[in-house]
Amino acid sequence: MHTDTLTPGIASGRLTPAEYAHNFCDAHPPMNLAQARVEADRCYYCYDAPCQTACPTGIDVPSFIQRIADGNLRGAAHTILESNPLGGMCARVCPTEVLCEQACVRNTQEDKPVEIGQLQRYATDHLMAHPGKPLFTRAAPTGKRVAVVGAGPAGLACAHGLARLGHEVVLMDAQPKLGGLNEYGLATYKTVDDFAQKEVQWLLSIGGITVRHGTALGREVHLDGLCADFDAVFLGLGLGGVNSIGISEPQASGLRNAVDFIAELRQAQDWAQVPVGRRVVVIGGGMTAVDAAVQSRKLGAQSVTMVYRRGSADMGASGHEQAWALENGVHIQHWASPVQVLSENGQVSGVEFERTQMVGGTLQAGGERFVVAADVVLKAIGQTMVAQPLGSALELQSGRIRTDAQGQTSHPKVWAGGDCRAGGRDLTVEAVEHGKVAARAIHATLVAA
Amino acid sequence: MADLSTVFAGIRSPNPFWLASAPPTDKAYNVNRAFEAGWGGVVWKTLGEEGPPIVNVSGPRYGALHTPDRRLIGLNNIELITDRDLHLNLREIKEVKRNWPDRAMVVSLMVPCEEQAWKSILPLVEDTGADGVELNFGCPHGMSERGMGAAVGQVPEYIEMVTAWCKQYSRLPVIVKLTPNITDIRNPARAAKKGGADAVSLINTINSIMGVDPDTLAMSPSTGRMGSHGGYCGPAVKPIALNMVAEIARDKETAGLPISGIGGVGTWRDALDYLALGAGNVQVCTAAMVYGFKIVQEMHSGLSNYMDDKGFSSVSDIVGKALPTVSAWQFLNLQHITKAVINQDSCIQCGRCHIACEDTSHQAITASKDGKRYFEVQEDECVGCNLCVVACPVPECITLRDLAPGETDLRTGTVVTGGHGDWTTHPNNPMRAAA
Repeated sequence: MHTDTLTPGIASGRLTPAEYAHNFCDAHPPMNLAQARVEADRCYYCYDAPCQTACPTGIDVPSFIQRIADGNLRGAAHTILESNPLGGMCARVCPTEVLCEQACVRNTQEDKPVEIGQLQRYATDHLMAHPGKPLFTRAAPTGKRVAVVGAGPAGLACAHGLARLGHEVVLMDAQPKLGGLNEYGLATYKTVDDFAQKEVQWLLSIGGITVRHGTALGREVHLDGLCADFDAVFLGLGLGGVNSIGISEPQASGLRNAVDFIAELRQAQDWAQVPVGRRVVVIGGGMTAVDAAVQSRKLGAQSVTMVYRRGSADMGASGHEQAWALENGVHIQHWASPVQVLSENGQVSGVEFERTQMVGGTLQAGGERFVVAADVVLKAIGQTMVAQPLGSALELQSGRIRTDAQGQTSHPKVWAGGDCRAGGRDLTVEAVEHGKVAARAIHATLVAA
Repeated sequence: MADLSTVFAGIRSPNPFWLASAPPTDKAYNVNRAFEAGWGGVVWKTLGEEGPPIVNVSGPRYGALHTPDRRLIGLNNIELITDRDLHLNLREIKEVKRNWPDRAMVVSLMVPCEEQAWKSILPLVEDTGADGVELNFGCPHGMSERGMGAAVGQVPEYIEMVTAWCKQYSRLPVIVKLTPNITDIRNPARAAKKGGADAVSLINTINSIMGVDPDTLAMSPSTGRMGSHGGYCGPAVKPIALNMVAEIARDKETAGLPISGIGGVGTWRDALDYLALGAGNVQVCTAAMVYGFKIVQEMHSGLSNYMDDKGFSSVSDIVGKALPTVSAWQFLNLQHITKAVINQDSCIQCGRCHIACEDTSHQAITASKDGKRYFEVQEDECVGCNLCVVACPVPECITLRDLAPGETDLRTGTVVTGGHGDWTTHPNNPMRAAA
């Protein structure tokens, strides 16, 4: 049966193969030689560069850009990966517009920062294509063993750092593939060519890291057991739960968590097999909401609306991301929160919202009501850490694991990093920094013992 | 992992990247920072004889040639030798050398052309523990007016004489720094060698004036409306220096004399150019002054990765490797035919190749095809001059291809044989030798 963007309800195969290929190709294609040279030449090689300071992993940006300009691509990749072993994925997904590129001195007079993210991709892509001899080697074996739970950016970075220092690492993840959100969360058009897996393979090539797939904390392994069997434990659990939208939800098809939809799309071998509603409502205003909304459009949804309870400036999605959503034909409604999910015959049919406003510093609902019709409603109002597998072993703060600046938890043998750790910014690059710093802290503790 | 350590004129250095005698090596503060950044050695800014030191102008001391995006491609300076007391300098040199024993510490000297002047200063330098001296025969301004600097460097007899005094009155390796403001660099180099020099370093700076202020019509730079010629350096001078290095390295009389390459070194690629043409190490100034000392880390990484990639395990493996390819024009193979090729996938159709060739060369690039804008080389006109390649704004869009044996050069009708025939035996050459 032929389907297209007008086919009512939820359907797959709405687009032609050519349209799918076009929609899910690299949203920001890599630079060619000419572009890289011209852009690298724009870098002023600042002293105590603001871009480096803005980078959560402290990548020496002027250095790697100069090395690109010099034709020393391997050296450029070394500079990047020394500070951020997931520099390849970060180059594709980092919100540089609010980090290094925002800090670039070329904003001041020209409003035109150096395209640091693209240059970083140029260098790391080259290394992946021409790995040569290993960039990093392991120090002499220490005889110590560390368990790393969660193979997202935090866990991967921690494992790599520990392996470099000579420790044996057992890296475990609940999923069949490693990478965490790099593999299951980031938008498809940001991570083409199975890059997440290629990066994981490069990272593991340092050696000393044993992988256990399908191994979850609280299920196959337990925290007290890990503490007994290993010299230290690092938790990079991420956020396994989602916030409830706070209203009663009918048992209806078409109502799901945005993260599940995104993961399904990422793992799909054939986009034509992924069902999408004709009309889609995404509740939420962060990067997840944008990814879910935009990808729904790219699958052929006729109408996609994001509804966020406050204004554009309050949204978790950066200005860049919001513009990207609008560019892709997503409608964004501000200042409205959901009141009721409507359904008919076990199928979602829409969402009723009420207007909100700020009154004396607090957000108040109860304004005018309106309904947005929908075949699919995706919930994207934030994710939460699943604390239950930790029992009462670790102190929490605002629902996440409390740690010191090096990532050590309230338990002397346990460190944590990434989204599961309290007080962070929920960025891939920050998760990497957490993992990196924790690896050094674990090392210092283990060699002192 | 490549080993970048070098031994130059008997002086050990962890890498071939030295700082040249100039403001960056003026005092301990600078040199300590340089060594912390990773420079392998420095040549301390030129010391003058005991007594009140020279005085510099209170600016400006520099003029520059920039690209439109303010990339510096040439620097002009009227900075003189050290304006600090001799003994203060000597104390600092001793202390810095003591703190950085593995780094090369060479002291640049410029004193009057009298035996006693050199005899007095050399023991003072030796007592600091420095590794060598560099004789400044190159300053083209300020000192040459007093019979020093370039005033010596332009007179081979003086070079030989002073070099010989230095070898007589000191145990230290003597590096003679040459000025490029001369007709034939081989003469001063030979003179240095005859005087017993352990090495030569070149180039010092080139006589230059940067330009004119269009509003005041004063020369630029100027100190209160008046200016002086200065010394030109930076990326623009590298090709001039490379040629001189290669001449000295190839000259029978000076072949084998260690050469320290100076002039426009800013990246490992520049250093590679010097090394391959016969330099044993390089000295940097302009790039460090414009970007800071950190650049040595990029140079180190680049050279090291290059050496690993090409299988060179030490820097000395590279030295002089390109020299066998440097010949005289008359020996170039006139039977080697190349033609330009435009890659139509990369071509952005700016038309610059066409106009360069049409206006100024051989009218070998057409500008349209079937009524559409299209740029293509006509091999029956193309002489393979490479002008289109250098004018084209897109990297690697236009290349030269070598015609293979058996191919016909459409321009001349000659069939390429793969053989060698140069001007020395060419029928048009009235001085030709028998083939």
